[in-house]
Amino acid sequence: MKPGIAFTLAACFVAATTVFALPPRVGALELPKTVVAGNAFSVSTEGSGEAVLYIVGPGQVLRRKVQLGEEVLFHAGEVHNAGHYSVFLVGPSSTQSSEFEVTSTDQASTLSFLAKPSRLPVDVHDGISGVVYVLDAFRNLITQPTAASFELSGLGGAAQTRSAPTRNGVAWIELDSAAKAGNAQFLVHVDKVSEKRIVQEVPGDPCTLRMSARQSDGRIELETDPLRDCRGNTVSDGTIVTFTERYDGGETTVDVPLKRGVARTTVPAHDGSVISAATGVVMGNEIRWRSQR
Amino acid sequence: MKGPSPRPVKRLLAGASVLLATIFIFAFEQPAVRVSSTGLAGPRPLEDQTRTALVRDYLAAWQSMDRALGENDASLLDADFVGVAKEKLSSTIEDQQKLGLRTRYQDRSHDVQLVFYSPEGLSIQLLDTVEYDVQLMDHDRLKATQQVRARYLAVLTPTEVRWKVRIFQALPQ
Repeated sequence: MKPGIAFTLAACFVAATTVFALPPRVGALELPKTVVAGNAFSVSTEGSGEAVLYIVGPGQVLRRKVQLGEEVLFHAGEVHNAGHYSVFLVGPSSTQSSEFEVTSTDQASTLSFLAKPSRLPVDVHDGISGVVYVLDAFRNLITQPTAASFELSGLGGAAQTRSAPTRNGVAWIELDSAAKAGNAQFLVHVDKVSEKRIVQEVPGDPCTLRMSARQSDGRIELETDPLRDCRGNTVSDGTIVTFTERYDGGETTVDVPLKRGVARTTVPAHDGSVISAATGVVMGNEIRWRSQR
Repeated sequence: MKGPSPRPVKRLLAGASVLLATIFIFAFEQPAVRVSSTGLAGPRPLEDQTRTALVRDYLAAWQSMDRALGENDASLLDADFVGVAKEKLSSTIEDQQKLGLRTRYQDRSHDVQLVFYSPEGLSIQLLDTVEYDVQLMDHDRLKATQQVRARYLAVLTPTEVRWKVRIFQALPQ
């Protein structure tokens, strides 16, 4: 054998043994840049031999033993948490890495609805706020703009309806409380999903205060007219009315809670005494008492 | 019989101390943080004190997440996460335990933009362009590291003493 041919054969032999002795190298890794949550997708690998594929994110981790050169299929529902994922294909001697995003679906499934406050007086401008976070079936926040429709309906008057698009998954609104006291229904709709909250609209502060007095067994019996707010709603029981009697430099004060819209009390009967009533910031009429003999 | 030469031992010790110092610095390195609230939506003004507390608690949540996923201990999430965010991270920890994996998320920088403060003050939403290193360990062997730049959306809600992360999700770039 000629020395040249012998050398070439020897070189080929060395090269071949080196190639077969080396552990298989992990080739390129191909996968989609974005995947919709819950959808199936596949990862293509190159090379030969076995490796381990890791999909890693704060929302999920997966590990698969793979045969290099084959396509790795992830079934529907397997990767369902929206977020950023790192992908590592780890072979015996090398590692390939990549990354991809999982986005939320565009179908609303759950609404996280905050209606505040749960109780407020009637007739308050922008008094009620509604905030809704829109989530898909996997509880991912749907960040694509979506229309949210809010409706507040009470006992009287037309329902207030407004629409607001979501921005970064959230929509919000402010609405006035109704003129009539009672329980109002606060609804939010997104696609076919809705959520309901009850907002209790209570009467406001009394608008006017009027009392009358009459003698009763040596005392003066005081009674207010039924107290109403400026929208005609009967003021809530428990609201305090303060009666004050001034006589001869002295003063007697009695605080009385409303019962069925009316406050009643008695004070000592002094000829020439001045009696007044007040509740909140509202002053009532004044009575100058003359004994009825 | 000769004992080991003191010079290689010294070199080894010096090398080990440099390595330990590097690990220590890496572990306690504070991320660079930039915060902006221009363009904040919602009728409620955001007070400086609220903003400071919110950002402090959000950054603490990243530290908790890193430790919880690194040590596979879901209880480390309790102080900073609540609701859906806590449930999802806890589920990841459960999966990691089953697979023998651990992950680290070491944040290097945050560019935080406060985007929504709800009218009743019960939620604040922020977007954060964050740079972090992901480390993957399989049965305590470091398998891979990756530098990541991603945009996260977080919704925080107030609790008794601090803001907690309720929604935590990376957005498409």
